Amino acid sequence: MNRAGLVAARLLQIVPTFLAIGAVVFVLARLLPGDPVSAMLGDRATDEAVTRLRGAMGLDEPVWAQFLLFVGGIARGEFGTSTAMRVPVTALVLERLPATLMLTALATLLAVTIAVPLAFVAATQAGRWPDLLIRAVFQVGLSSPIFYVGLVLLTVFAAGLRWFPVGGYGTGLAEHLHHLLLPAVTLALSFSAVIMRNLRASILGVLTAEFVDFARSKGLPRRVVLLRHVLRNALLSTVTLVGLHVGALLGGAVITESVFAVPGVGRLMVDSIFARDYPVIQALTLVLAVIVSLAFLATDLVQMWLDPRLAR
Amino acid sequence: MRGRAPLLAGGAILLALLLCALLPGVVAPYDPLAFDYAALLQPPGAAHPFGTDQFGRDILSRTIAAATIDLQIALFATTGPLVIGTAVGLLVGYYGGVADAVFGRVVDLVVTFPFLVLVIAIVAVLGPGLGNMYVAVTAVGWVFYARLMRGEVMVLRGQDYVSACKVLGYGQARILLRHVLPNAARPILVYWMTDMALAILLGSSLGYLGLGAQPPEAEWGVLIADGKNLFTQAWWVAVFPGFAIVLAGIGFSLAGDGMADLLDVKR
Repeated sequence: MNRAGLVAARLLQIVPTFLAIGAVVFVLARLLPGDPVSAMLGDRATDEAVTRLRGAMGLDEPVWAQFLLFVGGIARGEFGTSTAMRVPVTALVLERLPATLMLTALATLLAVTIAVPLAFVAATQAGRWPDLLIRAVFQVGLSSPIFYVGLVLLTVFAAGLRWFPVGGYGTGLAEHLHHLLLPAVTLALSFSAVIMRNLRASILGVLTAEFVDFARSKGLPRRVVLLRHVLRNALLSTVTLVGLHVGALLGGAVITESVFAVPGVGRLMVDSIFARDYPVIQALTLVLAVIVSLAFLATDLVQMWLDPRLAR
Repeated sequence: MRGRAPLLAGGAILLALLLCALLPGVVAPYDPLAFDYAALLQPPGAAHPFGTDQFGRDILSRTIAAATIDLQIALFATTGPLVIGTAVGLLVGYYGGVADAVFGRVVDLVVTFPFLVLVIAIVAVLGPGLGNMYVAVTAVGWVFYARLMRGEVMVLRGQDYVSACKVLGYGQARILLRHVLPNAARPILVYWMTDMALAILLGSSLGYLGLGAQPPEAEWGVLIADGKNLFTQAWWVAVFPGFAIVLAGIGFSLAGDGMADLLDVKR
């Protein structure tokens, strides 16, 4: 198959993925104890109101028809109304999504910036003290829960030194960045440890490849061999890792946003659980899974572009 | 680190934690629940090495007592996924066919959901609490064990000794349990160690958010949540239980690294 065909085939795969995600969320919603209508209307609803809402939500239809109704609603961008906040779920999610996306993007940027040079040092000094030190520090980072790191950073740099605001998101790009920097560092810490481990191993693997021996025997300076031949090839696995890690980052954002009171979808999810706001939980589970599947898609396409062997 | 050092260091940490978990009353200097109005919010000192909280409870004793729940989380949140995942991976890896194809789709689907988000969504449906957290983690986590096991078994099923077993007329159950499973088990055991560290991170995170262990159950994440509002005036209330989580994480990771080295498992 040619390259365009492979790309098209990969793009088409997203359709069954979306349907399957919808099915999981649909099943989860059906597992809820009790009737969704009485959950939405409360105990004091009249029988007439219950019957009307049941009809409107299609709950009298067979299960497969309910699923089609559910998928149709999602396709039109309708997720119902938040039972706690009495606003359309779609508007609520769209309002909260930018903060989360900015937080995860900033965290990814920070994690890569921290991890790549340190992995490079650790791999080229493998077994010596810089390597051992870097790995020990990252081991601690990997073992520290996000909420704990966040709480310590929040207390020291926001409440104590007052370098950063204690919570919220602000208005305008500059304020957003100022508010999100500490949460992003929190989220980046464990992720940078994952990248560092992976890239270090990857560099060590590439260092023994024949083309590296060849580059050296051509008499290329060590710096050129390391940067142009070793690092460039080793970074391929990092690209994949970042793509595969988007889900973990979004999960981490749920915790980070709760600690730093960032008005993103993660905090909305936790608030909604305590408010028993099921339409919001359902919409968020679905939206986050869709974001991850799009990240997987982007990763595959970037890989095909970076490594033409994959698209042959 | 090379050789046995990681395994010994990790093992020593885990042994100490296990001692705290099994015999908190012997190890802890105070009753973790006893109020002491003469010693409210005491900073770390000789009498209270980790200080006291706003009720005069000893933080060291509370942290030690919480090891019981957190090690229980490490065990209970991983055993279900280990058993179910190993069984499924063994079967689909050995027999292949339609079941394997279906399994592949299930894996693709599960990894599309952020693990924590899916677990939280299931907890939202079932209600907060440790029991429901175990159900949620098991419902999702088995996939990762099964994927690992499947890969191992697919390599092993073509080996000569498996063919020899078939020629000898051994039953399928005997081949799978006595010959394939023991040879495929090493990577699973190493992953199990790492997964226990992740389980403690997850369990304490949910405890902190109020979705896992419920107060008055002493759990490290719950203790940190208890101390978070006191942080600026009494940092020690939240900081020391956090040390315990980090220590446990390092213990399981070192033990996992050591086991990987010992069993010659590549990761």
